[in-house]
Amino acid sequence: MAKKIGVIVFPGSNCDHDAYHAMKHVMNAETEFLWHKDTNLEGIDLLIVPGGFSYGDYLRSGAIARFSPVMNAVQNYVKEGRPVLGICNGFQILLEAGLLPGAMLHNEKLRFVCKNVHIRVESAQSQFTSGLKKGDVLKIPVSHGEGNYFIDEDGLASLEEYDQIAFRYCTAAGEITDEANFNGSVSAIAGITNLEGNVLGMMPHPERAMEPILGNSDGIVFFNSVFNTLQLA
Amino acid sequence: MYKAKVNITLRKSILDPKGKAAHHALQNLGLNNVEDVRIGKFVEMNIEAGSKDEAYALAETACTKLLANEVMEDFRIEIE
Repeated sequence: MAKKIGVIVFPGSNCDHDAYHAMKHVMNAETEFLWHKDTNLEGIDLLIVPGGFSYGDYLRSGAIARFSPVMNAVQNYVKEGRPVLGICNGFQILLEAGLLPGAMLHNEKLRFVCKNVHIRVESAQSQFTSGLKKGDVLKIPVSHGEGNYFIDEDGLASLEEYDQIAFRYCTAAGEITDEANFNGSVSAIAGITNLEGNVLGMMPHPERAMEPILGNSDGIVFFNSVFNTLQLA
Repeated sequence: MYKAKVNITLRKSILDPKGKAAHHALQNLGLNNVEDVRIGKFVEMNIEAGSKDEAYALAETACTKLLANEVMEDFRIEIE
């Protein structure tokens, strides 16, 4: 049976169509939208929690969305070891839901930043990154005002010990510098996985970098890794 | 009926960039005696409860479950 990808749509999601297009028309995978009130995730082989401004970012980014009916199903889906990818606001929602550790603060310099940045693969252990090599550099766009990842010292030590840091912001040459860490994230973290490696949250938008004609196609490198590992192709 | 007043602020150990920006602007206004600014949220809730303690407990649940994210925020509750 053909593998299927689900893209959750919350009120205020705005990268849901980008994710759908990237999966359906670039990766050629069977893809469907799931409304945030859906509670049946049967037959979904990869679940994407897309970017945007769910519930207008009221209270905190992702704070209200995590109480949407679909999120109970997502909790069970994760417990079963099935793969969930949260991008940008999706990452924020997964943090608020406690599916990933830490929280998001406003960008250190308070600006909303929308541009291509470089990220370095820090771990090739997860279900999403095992087709990449540690140290690989990808150019992927970011678009957020609250992407300043925070976790306390013990939490950071634990992320490092269990190899849960998937990506760090870096220069084009792959160096970690203060300047490259444009939003002030703890340890320049751009993406993390859960302990089991079946949930990935990342602030950069690989689904927006899928076509050479649009100037950047490094997102395909990332999704090829995801598709190969999860055998979605 | 009780009124719960909740103050939510970023934890002391966390840099508050909005507070810092406001502090800088206050210094530009010549208010040099303002030494530190922290910006947070204020939430008011009317709570139906049998006692002040019960109202406090309900407000505390609201904070820990939704209103505050204890990874990065502290909260203070006053019941009137």
